[in-house]
Amino acid sequence: MTRNTDTGDDSGDAVTDGGVTEDPSGSGFSPIAALNDRFGSDFVESSQFWLPPFLLVGLFVYGAIIWNFLISLTDFSGFGNPNYGDLDLEMYTRALAESGFVDAAVNTFILLVGFTLVTLGLGLGLAILVDRNIRFENTFRTIYLLPMSLSFVVTAQFWAWMFNFNNGVINIVTSSLGLGRVDWLGNPDIVLWAVMFALMWQFAGYAMVVYLAGLRAIPNEHYEAAKVDGASTVRMYWRVIIPQLKGSTISASVVLMVFALKAFDFLYSLVGGYRPPNGADILATKMVREAYANLNWAYASAIAIALFLMTLGIVGPYLYYQYNRGNL
Amino acid sequence: MSDDARTDGGTVSETSAGASDGALSGVDGYRVLLYLGLLGMLAFFLIPIESGLVTSFKTSSGVTGSLPFAPPTGATFTLGKWQAAFDALGRGLVNSALYAIPATVISALLGSFAAYGITQSDWKPKYKAPILALFVAGIFIPYQAVLVPLSQFWSMVPLEESLGFLWSLGINDDYVGIVELIVTHVAYGLPICTVLFRSYYKNMSEEMIEAARLDGASIRRIYRRIVLPLSGPMFAVVLIYQFTQIWNDLLFTLVLVQTESSAAAPIVLILAGLGTSLEGQDFALRMAGAFIAALPTLAVYIAFGEEFAEGVAT
Repeated sequence: MTRNTDTGDDSGDAVTDGGVTEDPSGSGFSPIAALNDRFGSDFVESSQFWLPPFLLVGLFVYGAIIWNFLISLTDFSGFGNPNYGDLDLEMYTRALAESGFVDAAVNTFILLVGFTLVTLGLGLGLAILVDRNIRFENTFRTIYLLPMSLSFVVTAQFWAWMFNFNNGVINIVTSSLGLGRVDWLGNPDIVLWAVMFALMWQFAGYAMVVYLAGLRAIPNEHYEAAKVDGASTVRMYWRVIIPQLKGSTISASVVLMVFALKAFDFLYSLVGGYRPPNGADILATKMVREAYANLNWAYASAIAIALFLMTLGIVGPYLYYQYNRGNL
Repeated sequence: MSDDARTDGGTVSETSAGASDGALSGVDGYRVLLYLGLLGMLAFFLIPIESGLVTSFKTSSGVTGSLPFAPPTGATFTLGKWQAAFDALGRGLVNSALYAIPATVISALLGSFAAYGITQSDWKPKYKAPILALFVAGIFIPYQAVLVPLSQFWSMVPLEESLGFLWSLGINDDYVGIVELIVTHVAYGLPICTVLFRSYYKNMSEEMIEAARLDGASIRRIYRRIVLPLSGPMFAVVLIYQFTQIWNDLLFTLVLVQTESSAAAPIVLILAGLGTSLEGQDFALRMAGAFIAALPTLAVYIAFGEEFAEGVAT
């Protein structure tokens, strides 16, 4: 942050001069000069670059969220238009009283925490394996990351087949181990964990890439110092290396949690419809179902606000953390 | 250097076992275990894909009658499912490309503009920070939080009427959904594009730009002459990442195009309902369809794996 401010001020002086000599029209036009005075010498001239994208994002992202909140206060459902004259919190009280909403919120939370933890764990393991000076490193890395390039719609097809009761790979393995067949997607107590497993398969490569970058940023002296101390490999990682991966862990968890909140595409494609398997309903699927299958627009908007607040609870502290470290 | 340190680290545990000399340890127990672990994980990541691939070549009796990971034999081998999947998905392939490619290019360009305007020009950091924070936070917004307004917005905008000249050319007016998808994906893809470009521009050499500014070059000219030509590597990263994201996304297609019977239905929308009917599920067809839908992103990934990894890691 300090570095940034310094360079900003330095070049700022240089350019103020350049700007004045170059731009004769600027002297006559006082509003622009006033804006530049207030915000910095290039504010107006640079706005042709950042302002249009910023307005687009402002309208579609932040404008839409505010609009969504307004709709959630109405009683809008079915066809027609929302009536903005009659605003209340009815949809929120209705949500809290509905067991379907509470179940979906609990499932969302379980998926969020469980998926993030197992994916980080597997990703860290993969990163350490790949970082051990192996041959064909690129090939291993490429294949581990490959599922990440696939669509949720595609991986859902694969996993619907993997979890198939009669012919799926998973049940072939469990029954050959003498554990018998399990109805992975049909049993409401299990299905969420099966989904978590499939999502872990898809995103472990991502966690690996983030951790690998973190591992490579650790100076060699730390490895050597641990070696001189006579620490075993396991002990070296546990005591010396992993504590230094805090930054990687934080940024990877934020991204993974947000992915878990968005797992709608996967669950929709798994069954080819708005109703996910019993026991795997999360807020993301419930919101879309209420809106586009049941036409309960206002209620869906209220669920969306709940989802948004969950995201904010994760991303807000993260942004603050990044801001304090000068990364913003 | 780092390699040395780590190889040695591995050998330490080995010497404690007693036998081998670090220099000679081509094959030692530790390395064998390491590679076994690596290969085991390789199998873990490839089995769902392998099982899908062999299944897509099987007849219906082959699907139920053989192990899911065993290749089809003579009598159970068929290309019919691929043919059927291609017949169902072919138009979706074209439709997806129609919005994925323009949306990718436009969002990358606008993201580069925004990042340049914020990063390489001089105005006060305390005013830049909130604007940047809004871009960064925009990456993480769950799309559900904007869906209902988005539907409302597109139903209020008279896009279909204003594009009348297209429909008079004989283009099916379902394709208004493609235009909506382009604008929507650009708007929601912009935050990540901006942040990716920003991290690149922040580390760009400042001497050249400052020299150009002292010569009186305008901000627009500096972008065209210096920054844009130097942005090539980052454009590769952003274009690949964005293309994959947009091609793979289902939610917006579901909301904006709605039905797979629409003439403008993207491939993911058709695939999501493929092979599922009242009589049961045709898994061979679903697998073949999955591969056809994944082909463009797989090709991009295999050709540009490094850039993709860089995109996701940032």
